[in-house]
Amino acid sequence: MAQIFHRSANSVAKVSIVAAVVLLSGIVWAAYKINAGSFNTDVEVAKDQPVPFSHKHHVTDDGIDCRYCHTTVETSPFAGIPATEICMSCHSQIWNNAEILEPVRSSWRTGQSLDWTRVHDLPDFVYFNHSIHVNKGIGCSTCHGRIDQMPLTYKVNTLYMQWCVNCHRNPAQYIRPKDQVFNMAYEYPSNQEELGKRLVAENKVQSLTDCVTCHR
Amino acid sequence: MSEPKLKLEDLRRRLSGLNGPQYWRSLEELAGTDEFKAYVEEEFPNRTPDWNDPGSRRRFFKLMGASMALAGLAACTKQPREAIVPYVRQPEEVTPGKPMFYATSMTSAGIATGVLAESHLGRPTKIEGNPDHPASLGATDIFMQASVLTLYDPDRSQAVLKDGFINSWGNFLTAISGARDVSDLKKGEGFRILTGTVTSPTLAEQIQQFLTTYPNARWHQWDPCGRHSEFAGSTATFGGNWNTIYRFDRAARVVSLDADFLAPTMPGSLRYTREYSTRRSRAADDPSVEAPRLYVAESVPSITGGMAEHRFRMRSADVEQFADSLLSGSGGKREQAIMKDLEAHRGASIVIAGEFQPPRVHAIAHALNRRLGNVGNTVYYTDRVEARPVDQLASLGSLTADMRGGQVETLLILGGNPAYDAPDDLDFLTALKHVKLRAHVGLFHNETSEWCHWHVPEAHYLESWSDARAWDGTASIVQPLIDPMYQGRTPHDVLNVLNKKADQNSHDTVRAYWQKQHPGKDFDDFWRICLHDGVVAGTAFPEKNAPEPKIPERSTGGTLAPTDLEVVFRPDPSIGDGAFSNNAWLQELPKQPNKMTWENAIWISPRTAQRLSLETGDVVDLRVAGRTLRGACWVQPGHADESLTLHLGYGRRRSGRISNGIGFNAYLLRTTNAMAHNHGASVTRVSRGYGFANTQITQTMEERDPFRAGTFAEYHKNPEFASPPEDHVPPGMTLFPMWSYPDHKWGMSIDLTACTGCNACMVACQSENNIAIVGKEQVAMGRHMNWIRVDRYFSGDLDDPKMYFQPVPCMHCENALCELVCPVAATVHSKEGLNEMVYNRCVGTRYCSNNCPYKVRRFNFFLFSDWQTPSLWGLRNPDVSVRSRGVMEKCSYCVQRIERAKIEAEEDNNRPLKDGEIVTACQQACPAHAIVFGDINNPKSEVTRLKKLKRNYLLLEDLNTRPRTTYLARLRNPNPEIEKDA
Repeated sequence: MAQIFHRSANSVAKVSIVAAVVLLSGIVWAAYKINAGSFNTDVEVAKDQPVPFSHKHHVTDDGIDCRYCHTTVETSPFAGIPATEICMSCHSQIWNNAEILEPVRSSWRTGQSLDWTRVHDLPDFVYFNHSIHVNKGIGCSTCHGRIDQMPLTYKVNTLYMQWCVNCHRNPAQYIRPKDQVFNMAYEYPSNQEELGKRLVAENKVQSLTDCVTCHR
Repeated sequence: MSEPKLKLEDLRRRLSGLNGPQYWRSLEELAGTDEFKAYVEEEFPNRTPDWNDPGSRRRFFKLMGASMALAGLAACTKQPREAIVPYVRQPEEVTPGKPMFYATSMTSAGIATGVLAESHLGRPTKIEGNPDHPASLGATDIFMQASVLTLYDPDRSQAVLKDGFINSWGNFLTAISGARDVSDLKKGEGFRILTGTVTSPTLAEQIQQFLTTYPNARWHQWDPCGRHSEFAGSTATFGGNWNTIYRFDRAARVVSLDADFLAPTMPGSLRYTREYSTRRSRAADDPSVEAPRLYVAESVPSITGGMAEHRFRMRSADVEQFADSLLSGSGGKREQAIMKDLEAHRGASIVIAGEFQPPRVHAIAHALNRRLGNVGNTVYYTDRVEARPVDQLASLGSLTADMRGGQVETLLILGGNPAYDAPDDLDFLTALKHVKLRAHVGLFHNETSEWCHWHVPEAHYLESWSDARAWDGTASIVQPLIDPMYQGRTPHDVLNVLNKKADQNSHDTVRAYWQKQHPGKDFDDFWRICLHDGVVAGTAFPEKNAPEPKIPERSTGGTLAPTDLEVVFRPDPSIGDGAFSNNAWLQELPKQPNKMTWENAIWISPRTAQRLSLETGDVVDLRVAGRTLRGACWVQPGHADESLTLHLGYGRRRSGRISNGIGFNAYLLRTTNAMAHNHGASVTRVSRGYGFANTQITQTMEERDPFRAGTFAEYHKNPEFASPPEDHVPPGMTLFPMWSYPDHKWGMSIDLTACTGCNACMVACQSENNIAIVGKEQVAMGRHMNWIRVDRYFSGDLDDPKMYFQPVPCMHCENALCELVCPVAATVHSKEGLNEMVYNRCVGTRYCSNNCPYKVRRFNFFLFSDWQTPSLWGLRNPDVSVRSRGVMEKCSYCVQRIERAKIEAEEDNNRPLKDGEIVTACQQACPAHAIVFGDINNPKSEVTRLKKLKRNYLLLEDLNTRPRTTYLARLRNPNPEIEKDA
């Protein structure tokens, strides 16, 4: 009886096994890259906003403190997005004819709120609380990056659970003295491991990894 | 005729052959029919048809393939854009992300109870009781909890209507002012105003002002389930208007003559429940407090009857005879034993008559209280709290007579729905059609407004400025939390139009009234304090000396014949008189004590059912006094024989999508001469097998003993009767390592001696935790979503059982069986011992629910949460996820409140949490203080103290689940002279 397969079938079989492995890993790799990359996470992607607000200008050039606008960051789960009134406290005096600020003035005139697009958007089943993080010594720039150098606002971290839990498992890595929380240029000292441990003990920081810490 | 499914005689014989307390949950369980066994063996019954479909292999692969593909695709959606919309001018006191609480008041049939309404950025989301208000003391009832859903009800009336078409407030204003001016020619002749019971001092003054200007105009009042008989009773007894107030904390003996004083339909019930229940639970563990004893004579099993030591089942019409024999001492051994007991507690007892008893029974109660020296001790009298107390039945009667006689040209109806709920013999609707201009102001476009020329949407109380008085006369200001969503108007606005002050708003009107009462320079401070506290200080009516009571002659002419079938009308235990019928939380709330949802039924006792060859599910034509009504029967153990109970509030035609067309309208049988009950009824069966949706019958006890009850005497003799040491499972009897809880160890204690079964915890939980409703069909399949349920147990006799209630939330077991079986770790143990449920991990295998011995886990079989109706979005608690389809959920011990309190304490210099700082929603609502939550690691916490009491026991302890929720056994204080008799 004649052979069903030609001898070359052996080579085809071997190659296709390898090819299948390579292809599958390629797909997995691509999926991972898409999932963790900017395409999906919007990391380093500036969103369209009604006004091209520059943190760089307001923080670095003008020296305005975070809390001038984000008024409730120390007292509430929500850091607070400034009311039009806060914008107008300066912009009724300066740049009060700038075309770029027309949406702000229009909001002030009409009483219609500005409609900002959320940059750091957690899923609805996640409950994040700003005030407790700030009060325990987690700095703004730890999560939001050098926002003082961003002409347009984008996020620098994925906000994936893996990323949150990394710190929640060992807060000593990222904690800083309380008076440095709002220092955008803060750099972790070389003895962070030692300092972190001390601050964690001082501020009674717990390593909270229970699900209900964030999911309710 | 086919054989009835339940052979009641067999059951009766079987129960009588048993010794000791025997608990049972339903007649079906007791009978143990094959059908019932098959039904309960399913974890979620009635589901089998889903799986018995003759699906082919091909179809299986098609469906599986599609679901896999969809599962993959669904995971690939990119997060949608989300907006942040800040204020334009942020109010000074608002902190976005933190709720604020405002004191206001809710009225029920005119009587106010103080509430604290929670507001998230201007959205009212939750109602709590106002601890400073004497009628609330921080507790809430089901209606208060559910009222916030009515605010967001998409079926609320949303526009001014003229002849059914959208019109404007301005045109209404012109029309009603025109009618007023026409009637002005005759000094207001022909102009009538119909309101509910008015206790609002401001509104009363406005109406009075109108009546002064137009002296021939008339004001009528009507509430279908107001305090008619109680009012008539005080007039008949004292010849004047007197308001009776009870002090249950001082009462060691209570006799209730058909008075359901623990149910929310009774004014002051929250206060009464608090006083009565705390005395009971204190008496259990404090020897200096005498345990109260409650005797209840009633026809319809009520929650008050459930709390009673001795419940005497009798027709409503026979209560008068019972009261008579108490008064005259002519009764049998039972009556004499009660009187002896009362005499032994002179000045420390209460005789209370129910609203649905004739005035003469009220008179007897007044006389007994006087004779027993209770007046001034446990009972006191004040002026009436109604601004103008009238006989409402006569008031409505004269209105309909005048309408029919053509004497009414303009009728302005402020709230209410008389075309639906007026006594049927008045034929209100026909009379109404004789009126030339009819205007209705109400929350809903209802049966009455559809026959009115004008309909104006009324502002909900959370949108209104007003004021009102509580049951003891305490005045409080009603302040709005939100602008009227649909340009709703308050009665004050309408009266301002009539009084030619159309530009004055209700805020200014109410404020002006109180400025007159408090004319000092410090009025601004006074006003702010009133608004802040939710009560106007010092406005409770002072105690007054009532004259000697006179007992009117017996008018009904003898007693009912023993086989005279009686019909009893009662407000529905869940939806009241019908004002709340479009409230889905209340519709799905299992009514006590038969656990029925979504409709009413004709309640009938087992013995009468046997006599008439009826069983549960039989649809009958009920005839009484020449009127006929069709409804389905429900055989209710504990119901009086030869008596049928019909609950009002159902059979709505025009109310909303929730309530239209469900149940039957019992108002159609109610007539002016028989407002509470009628007799001479007959029934004819039309068909069999009507299906109800009840929640209790979907689970069985499986020979276990989840409910423990004993007497105070037994408890003092053998403190460990509820939890004998030999039943205890030593720690460590498990293959798994024990958890350690270094920080907090949350636990809950539920006192069954205090719990009355009022259901307030269930609605509070629903509101706090965004729990969805599922509808009648799904409830019948056991798919209701309540995180805490109130189980009902019967014990003893089939016809006259004792009734017990047991709230069951998640037990938060230390050896939790659910945690072991979850394949995706969606339910896990927290460091503080919470049994966490993580919705975003859950894939819906339902293994956890299968393995839970307490059956407290609820599964979203469909997308039960309403994501489509925009008006409901505002209702949700922003601190709790809104669950989607295919996810398991259960009680979380209100973890959002735990986390909030922990964060607040840590931000406050890391101070330790105080005991009582964290209050779960069920605990906060509970008027009986039956639920206590706290940290068991704190040796000084209240929950630790309660768990150390000897009557503490664990549910299904032998399973060694080590539950954190524990129970304090129910204690009764029976009269030995009666109990041994029984």
